[in-house]
Amino acid sequence: MAKHPTPMLDELEKGPWPSFVSDIKQEAEARAKNEKGLDYQIPVDCPEDLLGVLELTYHDQETHWKHGGIVGVFGYGGGVIGRYCDQPQQFPGVAHFHTVRVNQPSGKYYTTDYLRSICDLWDLRGSGLTNMHGSTGDIVLLGTTTPQLEEIFYELTHNLNTDLGGSGSNLRTPAACLGKSRCEYACYDSQLLCHTLTNEYQDELHRPAFPYKFKFKFDACPNGCVAAIARSDFSVIGMWKDDIKIDQEKVKAYVGGEFAPNAGAHSGRDWGKFDIEAEVVDRCPTSCMSWDGSTLKIDNSECVRCMHCINVMPRALKIGDETGASICCGAKAPILDGAQMGSLLVPFIPVEEPFDEIKEVIENIWDWWMEEGKNRERLGETMKRMGFQKLLEVTGIDAIPQHVSEPRNNPYIFFKEEEVPGGWTRDIADYRSRHQR
Amino acid sequence: MAFISSGYNPDKPMEDRITDIGPRKFDEFLPPVIKKNFGEWDYHEILEPGILVHVAKSGDKVYTIRCGGARLMTTSHIREMLEIADKHCGGHLRFTTRNNVEFMVDDEAKMKALKEDLASRKFAGGSNKFPIGGTGAGITNIVHTQGWVHCHTPATDASGPVKAVMDDCYEHFTSMDLPAPLRISLACCLNMCGAVHASDIGLVGIHRKPPIIDHSVLDNVCEIPLAVSACPLGAIKPTKTELQGEKVNTVAVNENRCMYCGNCYTMCPALPLADKEGDGIAIMVGGKISNRISEPKFSKVVVAYVPNEPPRWPTLTKTVKNIVEVYSKNARKYERLGDWAERIGWEKFFELTGIPFTHHCIDDFRDPAYYTWRQSTQFKFTSHVK
Repeated sequence: MAKHPTPMLDELEKGPWPSFVSDIKQEAEARAKNEKGLDYQIPVDCPEDLLGVLELTYHDQETHWKHGGIVGVFGYGGGVIGRYCDQPQQFPGVAHFHTVRVNQPSGKYYTTDYLRSICDLWDLRGSGLTNMHGSTGDIVLLGTTTPQLEEIFYELTHNLNTDLGGSGSNLRTPAACLGKSRCEYACYDSQLLCHTLTNEYQDELHRPAFPYKFKFKFDACPNGCVAAIARSDFSVIGMWKDDIKIDQEKVKAYVGGEFAPNAGAHSGRDWGKFDIEAEVVDRCPTSCMSWDGSTLKIDNSECVRCMHCINVMPRALKIGDETGASICCGAKAPILDGAQMGSLLVPFIPVEEPFDEIKEVIENIWDWWMEEGKNRERLGETMKRMGFQKLLEVTGIDAIPQHVSEPRNNPYIFFKEEEVPGGWTRDIADYRSRHQR
Repeated sequence: MAFISSGYNPDKPMEDRITDIGPRKFDEFLPPVIKKNFGEWDYHEILEPGILVHVAKSGDKVYTIRCGGARLMTTSHIREMLEIADKHCGGHLRFTTRNNVEFMVDDEAKMKALKEDLASRKFAGGSNKFPIGGTGAGITNIVHTQGWVHCHTPATDASGPVKAVMDDCYEHFTSMDLPAPLRISLACCLNMCGAVHASDIGLVGIHRKPPIIDHSVLDNVCEIPLAVSACPLGAIKPTKTELQGEKVNTVAVNENRCMYCGNCYTMCPALPLADKEGDGIAIMVGGKISNRISEPKFSKVVVAYVPNEPPRWPTLTKTVKNIVEVYSKNARKYERLGDWAERIGWEKFFELTGIPFTHHCIDDFRDPAYYTWRQSTQFKFTSHVK
């Protein structure tokens, strides 16, 4: 018998999509049964009280979590999101309901042994509820009490060799697409770069020292499977510099219908026979392709590497051999002064261990932003306030046309004093000697 | 319950403390076929909805079955995945950047057995535990946030609306019948944690009433200048007010300037604004992240408000479904929702979807708003022009 009636939430057990309500109920039942005989370190009915408070919220349509909550572990300034219910008498099982962010392996591959050991830890010391995963990438352990935080951290570090993720005004947990592990488009080892930089900047991740949050994301190609260009202040996106490799025989196999276009991604509808002119050549954003009935040609000097032709014919067209990445900066959500996507800063950079070129760009940006960024100002906003030119200056990068989608159309142009012959110190008397008042 | 120590000594908190070890390295967890062919993949195919095969230059193959996940999941559910991965996949599995789970095997027979097993598993309430899909030109999982399950600033829930929308769009999760992939994301407030600002369809919780000011505690619980600077429109100023004969420092909110973003509440607990009748969801469309054909795009607001209607948000799900179906019927192959809307023109988008256009959708935020108006005589006559 459930502790609280949940008529509205029960409606969300219907339908084909996996029901979080059914799942939480099964956890509540498992904890009540306690087949392993655990001495639960937080209330056994925590999941039931979560359903209870959620049902109340569905009725009131206003959240029942108190504002904020500052908890954590010694040595770190972040990693745990404190949360307290605003009806603790009615729902004592979630009076404390803190979230622990646990740093995930890059690409989110797991062994069952490892995840089982996390489940064992969390069953004993937490609610048994998780998010797999948080939007930034962390394993999210959802709901525990303050006294358990150090215990959880001790077990994570001593037994599972695993650290917390980030929260607060610091480097947040970096994330990558699955990269070379299982994708033929990967231009660099996004997982390795992610793992290496996460370790390199552990101090910046665990101890907030920034004006605001800062995120890294690593996409191994411009398809953007981890959405770096929209969801990270510093986005590294795989790129190549030489020619797309074409296997003309396999192109013919696509034209002949032997291979399905886009690896079969559109097989749920009859789009007619594959038409290489209409589906590839005419859709190329730069019109740099041609097909004469037997040979596909690409004018690679005009190609912007959008991935379309490769995505449509993955067996025939391959990324180039001279690979690296582009770096875009400043993506953020709307608050405060509007959403931004990453703006191109470095068109091409090699991505090879120990990744010194990339670290140099990061550290130059941080040196500047940590000094000049205002309180709670994201990098993208600092760029808007101080100008893209300033970002170029502090990173030692020369301005090139690739830095803009178009040149400015207003003439409010700043010059450096030293660019102008004679400088800015002038004498009105000298001017008057030529121009009477 | 009796306290069980992990070994941590609260009297000597810094003793034996391990810090800055970071995550476990990914290559500890790679399945053997992945490890062996790392960086050596030749091509891939989508065999059927939810099932991929990657072929290495060595000729090795890895079959992947992608399953929907609720993201909010219990250890019981994770343990069931682990049992499946032990049984079929040599103890390996992974999660995607849209919170689906992927099981991988190295031959076709294993894949078929795995598929059958996954498809057979249901929750007590009847929903699928591991629906197979989310590949190719369909609708995959909804990137979403905490909502009423854990957050203090939401204007709507996350898990509930996501379940309701996915139930309604389920046929597109298990098939690949759209012109291009269609990404749906949800954020429960304007902080837009996640991907709403760059999704084909973005759902974002909004308020419609200015904050209530708790003058009695404000100066004690808030750093007033932070609340003032938290406002994108300069609607907040520091002030004094009289409360039970005593002068207290507090803030004043210019209600004509406030657009209810809630950022002042993020900074100041004495400025709550959640409200049953006020709060709801705005619907945005046309964003994308990939650089394929067109450049990445922001999503745009096309429905300024639909009400919160727990538990199944029928107005929301109906509106989303309609957008999906109209797009599906009209867009060309490979055309993302935003590419389609821009090609036909936004007036046509509103005409075809039947979504009423309201003044709320016209940008009025600072200088850049001008660039969203129409500086041209190029437009199409639709039913909107009387």
